[in-house]
Amino acid sequence: MSHEHASNTKRIWLVFGYLSLITTVEVILGIIKPESLEFTHFIGLNLLNWIFYILTLVKAYYIVWAFMHMEGEKSSLRWSVVSSVIFLVLYLLFILLTEGHYIYGVFKDSTIKWNF
Amino acid sequence: MGATVTTANNNEKTWGGGEDIQPLGASYGKMMMWFFIVSDALTFSGFLAAYGFSRFKFIETWPLADEVFTHFPFMHGVSAPMYYVALMTFILIFSSVTMVLAVDAGHQLKKTKVAIYMFLTIIGGFIFVGSQAWEWKNFIKGEYGAVETSGGSLLQFVDKDGKRVALADFAVKLPEQREALTRSHSAWFMEDAQSQPNYTVAEVQAGFKAHPELLIRTEQLTSKKKKTVLTREESESRLGTAKYVVEGANLTRNEYGSKLFADFFFFITGFHGFHVFSGVIINIIIFFNVLLGTYEKRRSYEMVEKVGLYWHFVDLVWVFVFTVFYLV
Repeated sequence: MSHEHASNTKRIWLVFGYLSLITTVEVILGIIKPESLEFTHFIGLNLLNWIFYILTLVKAYYIVWAFMHMEGEKSSLRWSVVSSVIFLVLYLLFILLTEGHYIYGVFKDSTIKWNF
Repeated sequence: MGATVTTANNNEKTWGGGEDIQPLGASYGKMMMWFFIVSDALTFSGFLAAYGFSRFKFIETWPLADEVFTHFPFMHGVSAPMYYVALMTFILIFSSVTMVLAVDAGHQLKKTKVAIYMFLTIIGGFIFVGSQAWEWKNFIKGEYGAVETSGGSLLQFVDKDGKRVALADFAVKLPEQREALTRSHSAWFMEDAQSQPNYTVAEVQAGFKAHPELLIRTEQLTSKKKKTVLTREESESRLGTAKYVVEGANLTRNEYGSKLFADFFFFITGFHGFHVFSGVIINIIIFFNVLLGTYEKRRSYEMVEKVGLYWHFVDLVWVFVFTVFYLV
């Protein structure tokens, strides 16, 4: 608001192009599911899922930075929003996914059959 | 804010939401919208992390999204995974673009342009909500049907080539089966808790016996990420333990596999759809304010910017839901 009032339409359409392109790539990979990517593991995830997550984060970056106009905000606002969300989400994911994996192991190794 | 207790006369340091002091360089309304977005983002993260938790817990039996979401309008019987949800994603991204164009036009105080772009955004939002309703309809209705064993696992039916076979294609109609009890047949408080499936377990078992080419597929994933298909003998013995016929999906059980899968699908896409719907309502209110010239009189279209933030946030959440539910 308090910033420049020049029109940004060119950048908006450019970002729309990026987002569409990334989504198209995701969909194509999701349909083909190349075996070389799907069955190659790298730090607990297969390469295909790594690609999906990275592309998702790139899309999220463009939406927040260009569409929500985070790039025009003061860095104090930027940091207080982005860093707290990233930290808390990583924390939550770490706890819940570790626990989920542990329970999977408990079910797998238990002497009682629970779902048959 | 005026009632806040302060011990010293430091009025110039106490923010009453006015324009003169702006912490973080944002107006009061905009900053509160960011605060809301942060908290809402954490709510959605909680849901998605819970989904991840359950999926990790049942990592070897989780349904394959490609086999669940296969419908596309006017292409009946054709398996088209991903296409429909990709279309929905494009619709939402495009409505995000029209929204940001409305904000941009607002910066230049162009009333007509703002109104047109807001209108397009609203249309996009309605199309998205409608698409989601259609997706839910297919999910709830189901396509093939399955049976659940007394131990709680799900059995699906395939032919020799591993292609799915619907219950309707082989189950026989036995004469003595009981009809569902409905209110119209009895007192108002007497009815079956859930509507009866089209076939009973006995009818499915009889039909399976009559079709020797059929096999049973369990939820268990192989190392090639395909569902395990049993031999005919194993299939027969597994089917003997069947307890329920499952058609479509509800919150108790679903024909796709893990019970939690449908629960999370309904809850997360439902909560997101609710956000889209409320976003559309808020957009409509702002749209009429634009038409009435409210912001023209204020010489500021900041309100459009604030609902824009909310609308983009809804798009942002969808980006993650799309990845987690349909891609990974």
